[in-house]
Amino acid sequence: MLLDVILCGMILAVALAAVSGLGVFRAVVFFVVHGVLVSMAWLRLDAVDVALAEAAIGAGLTGVLLLSAVARLERLAGGGAWRQRVNVLPAGLAAAGVTGALMWAFLGLPQPAGLGAEVAAALPRAGVENPVTAVLLNFRGWDTLLESVVLLAALVGVWALTADDDWGARAGVAQHAAPGGVLEGFGRVLPPLGLMVGVYLVWAGAAGPGGAFQGGTVLAAVALLLAMAGLAPAPRVGAPALRLALVAGPAVFLGVGVAGLAWGGFLRLPPDIAKPLILTIEAALTLSIAVTLALLVLGRPEPGDGA
Amino acid sequence: MIPGDGAGGALMATVALPLAGSLLAVVLGRHGAQVAGGVALGVGAAVAVLAAQVAGGGVLRVDLGGWAPPLGIALMADGLAVAFLGLGAVVMAAVVAQAAALFSTRGGESRAGYGFWPLVMVLWAALNLTFLSRDLFNLYVALELLTLGAVALVAIGGQAGPLAAALRYMVFALMGSLLYLLGAVLLYAAHGTLDIDLLAIRAQPAPPDLVAAGLITAGLAVKTALFPFHAWLPPAHAGAPAPASAVLSALVPKGSFFILWRLWFEAMPDLAAPPVLTLLAGLGGAAVIYGSALALMQGRLKMIVAYSTVAQLGYLFLVFPLAGGAGAAQPWEASAWTGTAFQALSHGLAKAAMFLAAGLFVMAVGHDRLEGLRGLARTMPMAVFGFGLAAVALLGLPPSGGFTAKYLVMTAAFASGQVVWAGVLVVGGLLAAGYLYRPMAALFADAAPGPLTPVPRRLQALPLLLAGLAIGLGVASDAPITFLAIGRPDAAAEGL
Repeated sequence: MLLDVILCGMILAVALAAVSGLGVFRAVVFFVVHGVLVSMAWLRLDAVDVALAEAAIGAGLTGVLLLSAVARLERLAGGGAWRQRVNVLPAGLAAAGVTGALMWAFLGLPQPAGLGAEVAAALPRAGVENPVTAVLLNFRGWDTLLESVVLLAALVGVWALTADDDWGARAGVAQHAAPGGVLEGFGRVLPPLGLMVGVYLVWAGAAGPGGAFQGGTVLAAVALLLAMAGLAPAPRVGAPALRLALVAGPAVFLGVGVAGLAWGGFLRLPPDIAKPLILTIEAALTLSIAVTLALLVLGRPEPGDGA
Repeated sequence: MIPGDGAGGALMATVALPLAGSLLAVVLGRHGAQVAGGVALGVGAAVAVLAAQVAGGGVLRVDLGGWAPPLGIALMADGLAVAFLGLGAVVMAAVVAQAAALFSTRGGESRAGYGFWPLVMVLWAALNLTFLSRDLFNLYVALELLTLGAVALVAIGGQAGPLAAALRYMVFALMGSLLYLLGAVLLYAAHGTLDIDLLAIRAQPAPPDLVAAGLITAGLAVKTALFPFHAWLPPAHAGAPAPASAVLSALVPKGSFFILWRLWFEAMPDLAAPPVLTLLAGLGGAAVIYGSALALMQGRLKMIVAYSTVAQLGYLFLVFPLAGGAGAAQPWEASAWTGTAFQALSHGLAKAAMFLAAGLFVMAVGHDRLEGLRGLARTMPMAVFGFGLAAVALLGLPPSGGFTAKYLVMTAAFASGQVVWAGVLVVGGLLAAGYLYRPMAALFADAAPGPLTPVPRRLQALPLLLAGLAIGLGVASDAPITFLAIGRPDAAAEGL
């Protein structure tokens, strides 16, 4: 109980610090800390899958994207010339209004019913033992399929911002790590470990917490480390193998969905082969999610600083 | 009507085909235009089959994966959904045809030529899903996909102005998404389901439902560019390349409005209090006047057409008090509901025609400032005629679909004694005549246009075709009116 109170207090304090105008860099740092604390809160609520996703994507990946955006702004516009004073009052009033309404609604909520009973009843026909995976890949697989396409569409949108002349070049800014430096050292040691953790998270997802999004994020981090350490060049945006890897997950998922028409309807997974189907989908999704996330962080192709 | 039977194939194809097409276009790059052409044909056929199924057998439901709500997600095709799928199929086919000329990759893959095709097909899949899905979270995912595709299409031109407009669009749209998601979370916490039909049974006028409805409505209003959340729309729609503008203006706001419509008429009709309905219609009325007034002041054709969208979307919100409110179970309420569907369909066709025509004028002249368009009627008669017919539909002159729409809505306004909304229709029509007169006067001016880039005739036929359909919607309005009534919610006839 005491731990929960301290955790809630810290979440609020860090959230306040993130929006209190200490500068964009500090705001991002507080945002990342906020994500870590929130993922601990999910752990306390026994929502391990959500905690993993929040830590990996909410705090980790989003934090990296925001930090690189800040770095780019600093580089382009220099010492804070781009900083704009936001009009705090209307934003604060609107936020306070929504918060008040939410509290009013929250107090009127009945004891949460949820769908625990329905999920438990259908679980034997779902093909996996982890109820979260059953919801994500079977009961509501349609949402997950579309979310994997959301990621892909975001990447195509980022690529569409490339300068016309840079089209077909390697993704991101060319990286130069010092030979024999710390980054290169980590780049040689960490990837095998990361690979193991990532693959384990996907495999474990069938029975316990884990899954394609969490595993894919870890694998994306491995790929990024290799690229940033200069050990493996970033791929060219036109490379056929890269593009196949990007669409593999959604394509396999969609294919299984269409095959379901033969079993009576779109996305139907017959219970006796549901498990291998779900694992196939998850394997393909993991590959696509890892590649897509890594490329989202690398960003559009552009000539390196020196070029 | 067996849930999940083989008949779900055509229904699923309207979403699955554009999705598959976008994946294929990501891989194939140079052949995006051909893939999109194939998808356009396939979706057109699927919508035709689906329309025949719905006309013959009534409302069609599919439980995805065989899991019925609340565990799973249901899709449903009623007359309204299929009509909007049809609008999307027609507009997209024309857009694909014009974009194939603009984003040609014949000389090798290019940045914009690569990006356009996956994005436009992802957007199409998401749009069709907003018409079909019965699950509020699934609709959220559809909205996200729709927004992402739309924002990227605004930015795809590559210039600084549209980039800034795209960023502004994204900030507004994401704010709308968050509000919507908050509302959906509240509804799930309160009722353990996000299925529209189950919510219709379980919703009640208690704080959680009221706050949820308010948050979802606010979020969708931002995404539909309802006054005063409209500021993002004109620069975004005017800044995009013309085929993208046509999609963004004719179709995308219809997706979020459609969900709003489903929410109030189908998910929680009993929650609708008269002040809320009047507020929505009041903002819609303000959008009509304000959008039209600003359209009058623009010097660029695409900005005029974009501000016209702000105004024309405003009309849609008049449905809320007119198809319900004080006088329950009146005969005119179904006519306001049907009239609003007509307004959305007719505006979609006419607005797509206008933006495609504007794109051809830009192709010919190199810009879209009004003074540069003088005399174009001589050299591009087909495109100009298409623009003119589209203007007739937007003005609501007989015999266009816009006329049928305004006639139905106005009948409802007078019959229910809410004459003020009829006033909005009249003033809006007059203002539209004003802002459309200026480009028409320029196009038909007795002047020789300057040096022009020739525009192929087959491209000029596209806006004419779309505008012709907008007129035809009014000429042959019986069949669509009957079709729209398939599966019409009781609330549309009995009042909110």
